[in-house]
Amino acid sequence: MRGSSEKGKTMADQNLLVMNGNEFAFEAGETILDVAGRNSIDIPTLCHLKGTTPTGACRICVVEVEGARTLLPACATPAGKNMVIQTESPKVVEARRTILKLLLASGNHNCAARGSDEQDWTEFQLAVERDDRSDQLCPVWGDCRLQDLAYRYQVTGEGLPGTVIPYPIEDVNPFIVRDFSRCILCGRCVQACNDVQVNKAISFGFRGSETKIIAAGDKPLKDSDCVFCGECVQACPVGALVEKSVRYEVRPWETERVRTTCTYCGVGCQLYLHVRDNRVVKVTGVQDAAPNYGSLCVKGRFGYNFISSPDRLTHPLIKRNGEFQEASWDEALAFVAEKLTALKENHGPESIGLLTSARISNEENYVAQKFARAVLKTNNVDHCARL
Amino acid sequence: MTNTIACVEEADVILITGSNTTENHPVISAGVKRAVASGRARLIVVDPRRIKISEFAETYLRPTLGTDVAWINGMMHVIIKENLHDKQFVEDRTENFEALKAVVEKYTPEYVETITGIPAQQLIDAARLYAGAGVGSILYCMGITQHTSGTDNVKSLANLAMLCGNLGMRGGGVNPLRGQNNVQGACDMGGLPNVFTAYQPVNNDDASQKMATAWNVEGLSTSIGMKATEMIPAAHDGRLKALYVIGENPLVSDPDLNHAEDCLGHLELMVVQDLFMTETARMADVVLPSRCFAEKDGTFSNTERRVQRVRQAVDAPGEAWDDWKILTELSGRMGYPMNYADSEAIFEEIRQVTPSYAGITYHRIEMEGLHWPCLNEEHPGTPVLHGVQFTRGKGMFHAIDWQPPAEVPDQEFPLYLTTGRILYHYHTGTMTMRSEDLMERAPESFVEISPQDATAYGVADGGRVSIASRRGQIEARVKVSPKAVTGTVFIPFHYAQGAANKLTNAALDPIAGIPEYKVCAVKLSPAS
Repeated sequence: MRGSSEKGKTMADQNLLVMNGNEFAFEAGETILDVAGRNSIDIPTLCHLKGTTPTGACRICVVEVEGARTLLPACATPAGKNMVIQTESPKVVEARRTILKLLLASGNHNCAARGSDEQDWTEFQLAVERDDRSDQLCPVWGDCRLQDLAYRYQVTGEGLPGTVIPYPIEDVNPFIVRDFSRCILCGRCVQACNDVQVNKAISFGFRGSETKIIAAGDKPLKDSDCVFCGECVQACPVGALVEKSVRYEVRPWETERVRTTCTYCGVGCQLYLHVRDNRVVKVTGVQDAAPNYGSLCVKGRFGYNFISSPDRLTHPLIKRNGEFQEASWDEALAFVAEKLTALKENHGPESIGLLTSARISNEENYVAQKFARAVLKTNNVDHCARL
Repeated sequence: MTNTIACVEEADVILITGSNTTENHPVISAGVKRAVASGRARLIVVDPRRIKISEFAETYLRPTLGTDVAWINGMMHVIIKENLHDKQFVEDRTENFEALKAVVEKYTPEYVETITGIPAQQLIDAARLYAGAGVGSILYCMGITQHTSGTDNVKSLANLAMLCGNLGMRGGGVNPLRGQNNVQGACDMGGLPNVFTAYQPVNNDDASQKMATAWNVEGLSTSIGMKATEMIPAAHDGRLKALYVIGENPLVSDPDLNHAEDCLGHLELMVVQDLFMTETARMADVVLPSRCFAEKDGTFSNTERRVQRVRQAVDAPGEAWDDWKILTELSGRMGYPMNYADSEAIFEEIRQVTPSYAGITYHRIEMEGLHWPCLNEEHPGTPVLHGVQFTRGKGMFHAIDWQPPAEVPDQEFPLYLTTGRILYHYHTGTMTMRSEDLMERAPESFVEISPQDATAYGVADGGRVSIASRRGQIEARVKVSPKAVTGTVFIPFHYAQGAANKLTNAALDPIAGIPEYKVCAVKLSPAS
């Protein structure tokens, strides 16, 4: 397979490299990871966050480059002319297995991938239960990048002593649960907060084995600059940051995703509604689409409860003697049609006004103004653009 | 927006005014913050409150409420005087420059300081910064428009952008950030008293004839209808007998609520079509249950004129219907059947009568929306407006003098009140106030006040105060905040309890009919 070589250039002039035996063209400034991604070569990543400067922190994306002394992180290594790269060589796979093993041993990664050492399983589970205030499995089981990679490379955390994480869970805000025992310190949340949303609410704190993602000098999120946009939750590849309403309530495979446009402000963020049993149970941003490229705000991400609110109107209502009474659609529409027709005849079309809405669709607004103009015969139609 | 949301990150300088961007358009604010934090753009913020985004600004100007035309004229005065304007653009693309030059002549930085309170040197610095940049983007919101001078304010910003040649290219533009999911679309679709779809005037014979033919009707009215803000008083004096309200809650969102409620009480018929039993629905004679965005198919048009798909994810509760279905069923019962199989069928009709939407199909926007105008199915859409020429040909400079707001503080009502939204709520809260999590963060109405004013009025953070204007009185909790500037208080308008709009002034902009929500005079005292 050849990359997109340009006519008229000799091979020596072009930016070409070889990856897994195939030749690919690249643009100056691209990383090895970029070139691989464009050509459907799957180099695994954990800490890499699109649109931000690579940190190379997790090193799961290491590849073997001929002539290099060590394995190089694909996310942070610029593609070079005539590079010969192996993305899944035995050396690479071994390195990834070691990294994964250490990560799995670094906290409460109590999915099957953690392994079940007879020696430590019970103690480990008890520790999880104590730290997690729960006897259940990890809340993102089945929706975890670390678990996926452990499965892909068939690694468990067995044989290594589990690290005890000294920090308790934080759930004193209404939106986000922070479980430090499941954090792999990849730093995606820190980049999401500082480089993507630029809210600068969280950062790396403390040092060495006590390293922790902290907010405002290690305060709860609610007392920091956090605005609960949830960019960090969407960025978290493991179960360290989970929506409070989703945790232990929703399993990923039970939901269907429907892409739509947010109903709040005029930005028009593209989002997925995650639906289970005819209820929206979670919202995420659509990563690769304008205008928001995955970002949302607190309303868009967490303000969906109104949809299934018990306060929703479910039947037409007609007020009789000062009290609303349920009516059938036939009844209610006949009532309105008769009243409007009579007012139009007796007082003229200009005696009727219609407020259409900035909340409803284009199609509905079109029908609303058509109804006012073609049926009521008035231009008394407006909406709340001014309000 | 003349430009796109992505364009904001391509500007060399961004001027934000009358927009509390981080709270009301958080995702756009992230783009601004990224551009500034990475050093790609420099930021000017002009706002009466020391809002969060001002922390990212190189220059923050704090004008007295209702003085926007003055500081904008002042900036243009400096730019022309220092010869920083884009003479080529002014020559080639605009007209009436001499009149503009004449009117801004007297707006010296010193004179502007007497009106706005902005120190003269700060204004000069901001003018040099905006005019000196390669490409400048202006972002504004209701802080510019919700004034009796709202139209003048917007025209003044357009003057400033044209003067510096900042229109028609990526990264530039005059960009209103629209506050509601489909306020752009509601306007595009002719949900206005003076125009059909795509702003075709109702009093233009050709447009009227075209619609009459398309709709197969006779006798379309060619007289401009009443604006929302005119319908309410018309109800009071009996000219308006019936009001049909779809998805709006004027009894929280309208100015001078006590009067608005009195007006609606005079109606013979009020029909409300909504998701919830809102304050307005309670006054209605008939309430019809409709579907929310997650229960319907269709399109919304966002603030950058991008038409995007909306898709049904869940079934509607009970017997709630699509808003279009309610209207077409009603229409049929009034002798004019409208038969549409689905929302796409309606969209196909829209395309036929709406030149700017003609090239947009559901198929084309399946994965990514298109910016109107999109004239045919081969047309790529128009991310940036006014590239070669303006809609009217040359860009018209409007020579505008500053007019004071309708009400300013006096001895009896010594404080300025301004209103707006907060991060955790949306409009009248019918949706956001049904999320316990959002309510936990923002449970009730409050008045934001500076530490100095708190001391002066003997009120403490968290205490309750009474706030009164000439039109009404409310109680709210005190929030002492560094955002507030002494002499001006802020109250969010979301809450029906402690409703800011019981205080606001219903004085209107003479052209747009927009109320002066952003300025009125109040007094404040500890609650009894």
